[in-house]
Amino acid sequence: MQNWRDYIIYIGFVAIFIIFAAMLGDRGFLDPNNLLNIIRQTAIIAVMAVSMTFVLGAAEIDLSVGAVAGLASVATAMGIDSFGIPGGIVCGLGTGVVAGAVNGWLTTGIGIPSFLTTLAMMGIARGVAMWISGTAAIPILDKPYAAVFGGGNLGPVPSLLIWMFIIGLVGHVVVRRTTFGRRVLATGGNEMSARYSGVNTASVKFRVLMLSSLAASLAGMLYAGRLHTGRFQFGEGDELSVIAAAVLGGTSLFGGTATVIGSIMGALMIGLINNGLVLMGLEFSQQLIARGAIIIIAVAVSQKRMR
Amino acid sequence: MEPVSGVAAAVRMMNVTKDFDAVRALDSVDLEVSAGEVHALLGENGAGKSTILKILRGVQPPSSGTVEIDGVRLTTLTAEASRSAGVSMAFQEMSLVPTLTVAQNVFLEREIKAGGGLIDDKAAVVETRKLFATMGVEIDPTRKVADIPAGHKQLTEIVKATSQPCKVLVLDEPTTALSAHEVDRLFQYVRQLRVQGVAIVYVSHRMDEIFRIADRATILRDGKHIITAPLADFSLESMIAHIIGRRSRGFSDVTRQVAAIGEALLETRDLSGRGKPVDVNLTLHRGEVVGVAGLLGSGRSSLARVLCGIEPALKGEIRISGRAVAIGRPLDAIRAGIALVPEDRARQGFVAFHSVETNIALPNLDRLSRRSWIDRAKSAELADRSIKRLRIKTDSRKAAVRTLSGGNAQKVVMAKWLATEPEILILDEPTAGIDIGSKSEIVTLIRELARAGKAILVLSSELQELLAACDRILVMSDGRIVRDIARHDLDYSSSTDSVENLQHAEQRLNEAMQDARAGVTP
Repeated sequence: MQNWRDYIIYIGFVAIFIIFAAMLGDRGFLDPNNLLNIIRQTAIIAVMAVSMTFVLGAAEIDLSVGAVAGLASVATAMGIDSFGIPGGIVCGLGTGVVAGAVNGWLTTGIGIPSFLTTLAMMGIARGVAMWISGTAAIPILDKPYAAVFGGGNLGPVPSLLIWMFIIGLVGHVVVRRTTFGRRVLATGGNEMSARYSGVNTASVKFRVLMLSSLAASLAGMLYAGRLHTGRFQFGEGDELSVIAAAVLGGTSLFGGTATVIGSIMGALMIGLINNGLVLMGLEFSQQLIARGAIIIIAVAVSQKRMR
Repeated sequence: MEPVSGVAAAVRMMNVTKDFDAVRALDSVDLEVSAGEVHALLGENGAGKSTILKILRGVQPPSSGTVEIDGVRLTTLTAEASRSAGVSMAFQEMSLVPTLTVAQNVFLEREIKAGGGLIDDKAAVVETRKLFATMGVEIDPTRKVADIPAGHKQLTEIVKATSQPCKVLVLDEPTTALSAHEVDRLFQYVRQLRVQGVAIVYVSHRMDEIFRIADRATILRDGKHIITAPLADFSLESMIAHIIGRRSRGFSDVTRQVAAIGEALLETRDLSGRGKPVDVNLTLHRGEVVGVAGLLGSGRSSLARVLCGIEPALKGEIRISGRAVAIGRPLDAIRAGIALVPEDRARQGFVAFHSVETNIALPNLDRLSRRSWIDRAKSAELADRSIKRLRIKTDSRKAAVRTLSGGNAQKVVMAKWLATEPEILILDEPTAGIDIGSKSEIVTLIRELARAGKAILVLSSELQELLAACDRILVMSDGRIVRDIARHDLDYSSSTDSVENLQHAEQRLNEAMQDARAGVTP
């Protein structure tokens, strides 16, 4: 009885896929290019969903991922412009390090709930991105960068898919088979018990927030590579999709459980639904409504799972 | 195995003193445990047992004194140092993570690694099965801790504590959730550990278990070391006498008049809940104060929760003034005239940041409002009346409850429930954590309320409180009521010293409770 609920994300995915294939086959849904596009569009959310899985597993939350992605895209573009690719990468990841350190320190050092610290960081990161870019798009003219970090392909396989696969695999192994992953689950499952067992829960929380910001900065770099620019608007609203993906996939909002594969499936499902809604001809406003409804359903289904 | 003197003790704590600001929790206490010995640590709540164990574990430093493990003095007193020296403690389920499996919990922070440094959960399952096999219990290591019964959680804690070789093992109330069969298994396991040379510190309030498993016992009282001696030198009576000692806790100042008992207000027949209580038959009369005593795990709080609709009754019936009622949720109980003053007052009794007035008004809002609009004059009047009636010491009715002392906060909780005008009042640990002076005030208040015509049920682990407040005392064990003792039957002593009287009564009640657990019929 327990089991079918655990696989609900897979069942749901297949069901929706079949429905869309039937309804939208004639509109190009099954076109290989369309399917690859779903993956391209989903990959960036999926990457952030992997790290969000760790954050939720530790019973924390990071609302700043979208904003940090936007800031990182701007920082990377400006970095490439001034220092070439290596400099650009350093600037991009550096954004994640700084944001993660601030989030981590405010949450574990000062004790402000992560909901509030990351909410504040969301505003600050977006504001900084607007400010340093002068609200203008910053072009990236470097072709190799765009190939590796964005729209390029390795043979028939989009590089974004490779990123998603690598990050997903690493995340899956870490959460299941490493002591760090175990400590994350212990911290989120029952912080007091974890501490009594010798886990340094403050360090664990700091690390998951750092990981989350790093993943967000990678996401920003991928956005920049894919669209050949750095824009402060990139990532706007992504935090909700990322959290919805993780929750849909089976990771509990209350902490103690984490499934990376589920989060990736959740991201794919959301991407799939978005794609279907576009092909159906829905206006953007209608898509937003549909997305909100999906998030509510995701949480409702996961509540049932938690009894 | 007899402890040999002259051999370095596994644990030697000497002249340990611990002060918390102005309170001296431990006063020059010695504790010595030999390897291969089961050493019982006894004393009432507040005697200093948990404090000295925290010092042994390195969680708290002593104000003065030394700790030696295996003859080696611990210079740094941290949890890490203690653990490395070989001290292991089995908590009361406090170190299990509910979302992880049994095996994952047992090996938390010491995970078995496979190739490449990755965790091998399958090996952990195999090892855990082996550990449970040496204990002779069947627990599935692949189940999540959240899904296993309380007794299995307790056994998992113990297995976790002993899964790494240790020199000293501390077991704190390890049997509260175990069945008799599981206790036998545990004791077999403890004896195995003893043969292996582990020094075991065993803390429990269950005397029959102490007499079964322990070699020596150390008794603490009010932070002082009272006696250490082999079990053979104790009888149940002498052990209890050492534990309760000779001091007043303010209760002997309460004068108790014989109560005028009226009609039966609350009756239960074969009342059973989920697990506990089991087949409870009790009758509560108007004007009567009935106490419920019992050791940890006896089912007292479960009984209160079932009577108040917090937990469902699975069997049996409840009658209020002769009429059968169904109590499925707290609102049903309130409507039936039952009010519960809960055990954990800070978390279940009041809202600390709200004022005295707001707290008192909370369950009475219907009466204080008209069409959702709260009548401020009425609410103020109720608060003032309550403050006067219960003699609550507060700057004003607008003061936040967290500014009040424990005793006065408790009065606020009682006031709020009294305002609902219940016929039946259930008090769970009414004077817990309250200073001595206020304790007798609350007990006096309870007697007054009974005289005014209420029926009152007092659940408590503090025997003196029950003896001061109650006309009758029920003893519970394993969810059942096993004894019904009239208060005056405990008063045999012809002494005029009220303190001594109370002590005698306490001793007798203690013995009755221990006998009840052992299944001895009077």
